[in-house]
Amino acid sequence: MEDPDRTEVVLLACGSFNPITNMHLRLFELAKDYFHETGKYKVIKGIISPVGDAYKKKGLISANHRVTMAKLATKNSDWVEVDDWESCQSEWLETLKVLRYHHQKLLSAGVSNSLQDAVPITKLGRKRKQEPNRHEPIKKRSVPQVKLLCGSDMLESFGVPNLWKLEDITEIVEKHGLVCISRAGNNVQKFIYESDILWRHKNNIHLVEEWITNDISSTKIRRAVRRGQSVRYLVPEAVRAYIERHGLYSADSEDTNAGLLLAPLQKHACDPRGSQAPSS
Amino acid sequence: MRSRIPVILLACGSFNPTTNMHMRLFELARDHLHQTGRYQVIEGIMSPVSDNYGKKGLVSARHRVAMAKLALETSDWIRVDPWESEQDTWTETVKVLRVRSHQVLSYSIAWVWASCPKLQFNLLYSREAVPNLTDQVILLWSCTAPTEVSTAFLPELKLLCGADFLQTFKTPNLWKEEDIKEIVEKFGLVCISRAGSDPSQFIQESDLLSKFQHNIFLVREWIQNEISATQIRSALCRGLSVKYLIPDSVIAYIAQHNVYTAESERSNEGQLLQPLRLQNTAINL
Repeated sequence: MEDPDRTEVVLLACGSFNPITNMHLRLFELAKDYFHETGKYKVIKGIISPVGDAYKKKGLISANHRVTMAKLATKNSDWVEVDDWESCQSEWLETLKVLRYHHQKLLSAGVSNSLQDAVPITKLGRKRKQEPNRHEPIKKRSVPQVKLLCGSDMLESFGVPNLWKLEDITEIVEKHGLVCISRAGNNVQKFIYESDILWRHKNNIHLVEEWITNDISSTKIRRAVRRGQSVRYLVPEAVRAYIERHGLYSADSEDTNAGLLLAPLQKHACDPRGSQAPSS
Repeated sequence: MRSRIPVILLACGSFNPTTNMHMRLFELARDHLHQTGRYQVIEGIMSPVSDNYGKKGLVSARHRVAMAKLALETSDWIRVDPWESEQDTWTETVKVLRVRSHQVLSYSIAWVWASCPKLQFNLLYSREAVPNLTDQVILLWSCTAPTEVSTAFLPELKLLCGADFLQTFKTPNLWKEEDIKEIVEKFGLVCISRAGSDPSQFIQESDLLSKFQHNIFLVREWIQNEISATQIRSALCRGLSVKYLIPDSVIAYIAQHNVYTAESERSNEGQLLQPLRLQNTAINL
């Protein structure tokens, strides 16, 4: 249904998705409902972007598996899809870079669409003018906004020293926007209040309350699998079957990257400028 | 290999609709009982309550049973039993347990008799009389040497519930004392509670429950996933998404049959729950 007054939004979720769970998928649904209810936005697409192996998080299994599971999980969704660009990069990429990439992708797609609209039907001999097609008015399509979708843990990770660059956080909330799903009574609002950067752009930080207490973290799923416990109904059935079929998540896999420094911490520790937590 | 006691888990409730959380209860209970080393869960049964339970917002049993069946399509050990929902009157939980248990027992006896004609057994029921039981029961029995049959091998039927169900034992006039006693003494309870809530205190405070605490299994749900059916219905009425909270097949069914509406939410409004109505009648007599 055409709704020219609403701004189009694309939701981008970055993360390990190790594995993807029903909770991850719920984030998209909650965010979509939220934006719809504002009357001002329309969510047209959801993108799941699993992080690359170079992230070096403890217990992170191969990107191949994580991307495949995410694809299995979104098979039944008509608007959420998986993008493996980030996971294919040999080095870890800052979240902002992934945002910019997808924003650029939409821009290019938008440009080629509007060019198509603008090509007039001309007759031979006529001077070619850039004229709107007489039968349809040109719709100047504004580019959809790409917003970062996350849980309160990611927002609060802005405060972890050396994990994020201050200028990255600024650009994320200033140029793109954040959609943060959290539980009632969470400290997210307080966290935003205590940060000058976040406070300044709080209109571009959308807080969505999760009305179901849903604590299905990937860590808990991995733990349950290790212990031979059932994870049915916590992850999509196809994902559960995949994990079982491939024997994923054992004590060994949990030791991957043990003792290694997380890629962003490694990177920013070497940076002479260093980085600051946003509250300073 | 030391033999484990076979267990069948029975969950009674509205299932209005069946949610991912309902099904999780079964998975958690099974894992817990298996990890004790003493039990083997051979079957799970979901028993939706009948329409004359009189709960607010309760939609027709036909729909609730259909949705439960759809939800359980991917499960190889849990099934729906429509018997309770088909009764003309509301059935006390303890009665449902009794009927089920009777069926299990008689089926088991029938099978054993059929396979070992030399044993002296009173054949009370034939297999045809209890067609609902699954092949899982047969499989378990086939592992048991016929000459070693004893009551220890008869499947035990246990009531599966959430901690809120346990708390309803306190509600005045909702339960008969002797029913609670029979449930915890003869059958047993498997009670799933969420991290942070601890029903053991509630049990300690009750003389009856603490007496039979060996037969009350408390299972901690560490992965919180509280999907209240009431909230689901409310979300559906408001056009909000419930994807990933209840199975896709159930969502499709609800949409197709327009099951939950503002009107359906109002059904039984102002009415007392059937068990409370019955108690009041008994008191007034």
